[in-house]
Amino acid sequence: MKDNKYQQLVKKHTPKEDKLKHALIAFLVGGSLGLIANILVTIFNSFGISSKDSAIIVLLIYIFLACLFTSLGFFDNLVAICLCGLIIPITGFAHSICSSMLDYKKDGLVTGIGSNSFKLAGSVILYGILSAFILVIIKVILYG
Amino acid sequence: MASFKFKNVFLKDYYSLIYDNKFLNKFKSFDYVINDYYFGCKSLEKAELKMQKTVLNNIIKKNIVDLKKIDLVVGGDLSNQIAISNYNMTSFKIPFLGEYSACATFVESMIILASFIDNDFIDNGIAITSAHNLNSEKQFRFPIEYGAYKPKRTTITATGSTAAVLAKNGLIKIESATIGNVVDSTLKDVFEMGGVMAPAAALTIANHLKDMNRDVNYYDLILTGDLGNSGKEILKEILELNYHIKLKKYNDAGCLLYNMEDEKSKSGASGPVVLPLVLFNKVLKLKKYKKILIVATGSLHSPVMVNQKNTIPAIAHAISLEVLK
Repeated sequence: MKDNKYQQLVKKHTPKEDKLKHALIAFLVGGSLGLIANILVTIFNSFGISSKDSAIIVLLIYIFLACLFTSLGFFDNLVAICLCGLIIPITGFAHSICSSMLDYKKDGLVTGIGSNSFKLAGSVILYGILSAFILVIIKVILYG
Repeated sequence: MASFKFKNVFLKDYYSLIYDNKFLNKFKSFDYVINDYYFGCKSLEKAELKMQKTVLNNIIKKNIVDLKKIDLVVGGDLSNQIAISNYNMTSFKIPFLGEYSACATFVESMIILASFIDNDFIDNGIAITSAHNLNSEKQFRFPIEYGAYKPKRTTITATGSTAAVLAKNGLIKIESATIGNVVDSTLKDVFEMGGVMAPAAALTIANHLKDMNRDVNYYDLILTGDLGNSGKEILKEILELNYHIKLKKYNDAGCLLYNMEDEKSKSGASGPVVLPLVLFNKVLKLKKYKKILIVATGSLHSPVMVNQKNTIPAIAHAISLEVLK
């Protein structure tokens, strides 16, 4: 059988994913995370903390909660339901590092946790820095 | 031709241990059901090791009076360097052959043992395998706690361990076997295991029937390993299109082990323990089938090769069983 023909056959029998439903859930969850963050920033503002500082505090709260829930063992169930709603915000980044660490905690501090914790997050950091670098060069060229 | 008949090899006894994930079909005859992924151990690898040790210990205890001594153990698992099986065998003073063909490991072990026994090299032996859902998640996919999304087409690795004693007497005869070819599936999707393994299964079934000169209706049941819901349909279609074989009395063990109405079971169960679990605890207990062809399918996928954009090869081995009584 030709490769293409077989791939079509497989495709025919493969169940379809509910992409729209997933996108909607991710939109709602991600959106509400943003909304809660904004409310928190406003509250912190009312205590006299500057907007910049309160944004950082909110991020820290999110990172802390994601790591805590991952370690307590139920954040993965939430991620499986909310998908990118929890993966794209900073919670996903914290969760990916924390879950890798949990996987390798028995393999030693250096050979296990040290060398494996950025297994998933490594690419985010690398390409994040790389794209920031390129964007800065563009900014300097355009605006001096 | 890689099909051969055995004269005097029997499946004498078997033992199965399974982890109860909430959507398992609980067959009454499971020897040991565990409810803890860690099985009282500190790491998942140790848990799988303990599972295999429990199974091997118990099956030896059950049969040692009868057999006096176990001549050989053949087996493997899904871990790198089949570490679990190798470590397990350090506690037993029995010669050991370790082998790997992913989810077809158990049937491959049985074929190796059967040929040793049939040629009178040894009198008896034990085939053993184990799998741990979380260990294979960690090895082949994402970190466990990451909770990466599982598409509907994926199959879920079953956690458990099984062993079978092969000897020169028993009630289930191992009649013949076919060793499969490695088939390139032309697919690159690691979630589409059914589609990856179906061409290998089809080739092995067709080769077996041709070599043995049998019609597909000769068998009361053809049971494939872990193709899952979608793979099952794909296999039926390829067999009909390419080999003009129409499967009727056919089922897939992956679709029988889990409660398929539960959304969490996705496309079905997978792993080397699925086929033996279903065979020992459902098919043989029904006492309905006399001639059974078991076709274990293994996806020989390596994360490194897949990351380098290679297609995934697969293999399938078949054994024909005759229930004498």
